[in-house]
Amino acid sequence: MTPRRQRMLTVALVLVGVGLAVGLTLQAFQENLLYFYSPTQALAGEPPEGRKFRLGGLVEEGSMSRQPGELKVSFVVSDLEQSLPVTYEGVLPDLFREGQGVVAHGYMEPDGTFRAEEVLAKHDENYMAPEVAELLAEQGHPVKEQAAN
Amino acid sequence: MWTWFHKLASPPHFYRLAGLIGPWLLWPSLLLLAVGTYGGLVLAPADYQQGDGFRIIYVHVPSAYLSTTIYAVLAVASAIGLIWRIKLAHAVAAAAAPIGASFTAVALISGALWGKPMWGTYWEWDPRLTSELILLFIYFGYMSLRASFEDLNQADRASGLLAVIGVVNLPIIHYSGMWWSSLHQGPSLKTLDAPSISGDMLWPLLLLIAASTLFFGALLLSRVRAEVLDREQNSRWIQDLFGDSAGAG
Repeated sequence: MTPRRQRMLTVALVLVGVGLAVGLTLQAFQENLLYFYSPTQALAGEPPEGRKFRLGGLVEEGSMSRQPGELKVSFVVSDLEQSLPVTYEGVLPDLFREGQGVVAHGYMEPDGTFRAEEVLAKHDENYMAPEVAELLAEQGHPVKEQAAN
Repeated sequence: MWTWFHKLASPPHFYRLAGLIGPWLLWPSLLLLAVGTYGGLVLAPADYQQGDGFRIIYVHVPSAYLSTTIYAVLAVASAIGLIWRIKLAHAVAAAAAPIGASFTAVALISGALWGKPMWGTYWEWDPRLTSELILLFIYFGYMSLRASFEDLNQADRASGLLAVIGVVNLPIIHYSGMWWSSLHQGPSLKTLDAPSISGDMLWPLLLLIAASTLFFGALLLSRVRAEVLDREQNSRWIQDLFGDSAGAG
């Protein structure tokens, strides 16, 4: 084997080795790396009990209600199979709207509602002018929402 | 078959060639930058949900794209340098690192500025954001490892190996949105599918991606020339090039 081939092999082996190690590590941490839980997972008791976790899903259409003169809001987060009522007190991000994806950080109350301490809007990858969005909606093709993944 | 390769790897030849090609990358890139910026900031309509805030895409996407592309260039150059013992390849990698780190920083900062109003937070320990931050640290690690060696050959070899190992992070950045549930949206530009961004918003973005890629090329060539001058300062051809005044020190 020429020295050059040997060096080529060394570089390749180092890369494969490190790749394998990182891959296995990520595989092992898969559960901890889960960025958010869906309502179905939350209701099945997957998040560790008594600890804060993130809940992700779509804000159900028509579910949002706000107390007049207060920052308290409540809405329902669903993954199109199960849904979970959420309460939150604070300023909502610009992209928060019904039918859009949302990630809430908080904990389960004993009464089965999710109390959010932070609410983040999850944006989809569609970019278009407002006129185009309106036109699509008029023609009965509203912008396809990304299902909570 | 390999003569062109070896000729390219010879520092005097590369130095001259890079000096010739450089301006041919720089000027088109500045032209595309001007047209793309006008198109993105003036001609493109506001987004149906994000309003004018979406325009940060014109800074964020080109720099995020380049942050990983430049790393790929750096790693391939390092591998070539390690395997074939070509010093010029290490010079290319060393010259690319600060450019890549800068684009990574721009991608992270522009993303944070967009994230605050849109998502509701500057930063989240989200898979995509975290892996991009790790990329920045790998660039920093590469540069500081190089700087810590007195001997150039040792610096080339050690940092080259680090660069090759760091490649593992690239697929993680790319697929982080798919492998884990992430706050970051999916890609609007896809290799196989139609883009999910409308045409009047898309063309300035494509121009700006091309502009920044060309700009990177021009910057890289001029930085490699400087790197070559530094490495070869005592060699005969540089003294011939600059007369007796240069190369003495």
